[in-house]
Amino acid sequence: MAGMSAESPGPGPGPGSPGSGTGGSGMGSTGHGSGSGAPDGTAGQRVPRWYDADAGPVVRPYAMTRGRTSSHSRHRLDLIALVVPEPAADDPGRDQTLAPEHVAIVELCSDAPQSIAELAAELDLPVGVVRVLVGDLVDDELVHVTRPVPPAELPDVNILREVIHGLRAL
Amino acid sequence: MAFGRSRRDKRPPVEPVTLKILVAGGFGVGKTTAVGAVSEIRPLRTEERLTEAGRPVDDLEGVESKTTTTVAMDFGRITLREDLVLYLFGTPGQDRFWFLWDELAQGALGAVVLADTRRLEDCFAAVDYFERRRIPFTVAVNVFEGSERFPPETVRAALDLDPEVPVLVCDARDRSSVRDVLVAVVENALERAAREREPVAT
Repeated sequence: MAGMSAESPGPGPGPGSPGSGTGGSGMGSTGHGSGSGAPDGTAGQRVPRWYDADAGPVVRPYAMTRGRTSSHSRHRLDLIALVVPEPAADDPGRDQTLAPEHVAIVELCSDAPQSIAELAAELDLPVGVVRVLVGDLVDDELVHVTRPVPPAELPDVNILREVIHGLRAL
Repeated sequence: MAFGRSRRDKRPPVEPVTLKILVAGGFGVGKTTAVGAVSEIRPLRTEERLTEAGRPVDDLEGVESKTTTTVAMDFGRITLREDLVLYLFGTPGQDRFWFLWDELAQGALGAVVLADTRRLEDCFAAVDYFERRRIPFTVAVNVFEGSERFPPETVRAALDLDPEVPVLVCDARDRSSVRDVLVAVVENALERAAREREPVAT
């Protein structure tokens, strides 16, 4: 912390800066005081590098949502909430305001309704991003979302019986 | 918007009732295998990237090495009927992803806790979690080749389980075996539902 530029007297004062590499590093960085300087430390630890797929997607996931991390929809979309296309979504490619990811979601759902979790897996997007994108589509009335059994409320006994029958028949 | 012409001949898609069951247990106990054994879709993995905004993760462990900031959840789907779909979610094994469990557990019908008798302590956390949240769960002992077999009652005692918690032996690779475990989970949920609906005699 204590004066970094003041330390220079040692090797060669004033004009010697280009020649002697020793004290040189402190000179240029005078502006930002405090701890940020950290002139050394680069040599010891190697910064891990990622290439190609390891580096992650080229576009940061939340760039697709224009930085939004939540949708202003009424309620948070459950992982198993199903996204069902509305009739108006027949040809989502024609709406110029939709992002490719929006279109992909509508297309995935058009064969059979898909859950939020399935969409996230299929599109390889974080669940949070899918929630925001589906929220947009709900606002545009291109899809609607089914509400699963509300939490803290057990499903109907008859449904449970049907699940047991269905499983046994597998 | 250019969606004027909608095809009227298309019948509206069926909107199934969706339910979910969690599959929990320690690392390497066979969660992925079990989900894959009964799911009609290949085990999809859904990912939650922890580096993204909006996730209250201050755990240094997640920050120091970027490669571990992606957490995958296995999940599978079983279409029981056109209008009834069961989803299976394999819970993340590592402790620092517990916050994801709360989301998964919301509205879950019940849970399977897979146990390996060689490392029984690995499932303590899951048992504890479901007990605290009063989520009906079933313990399924996954039998690994070469491991000693213990009767379910021994496992029950070792885990100090309540009498209403079913304990089964299963083979996570076997479809019908995993199916039986799921049936036990739903039956257990059904019993609880029946119990809770009984009028309280005062």
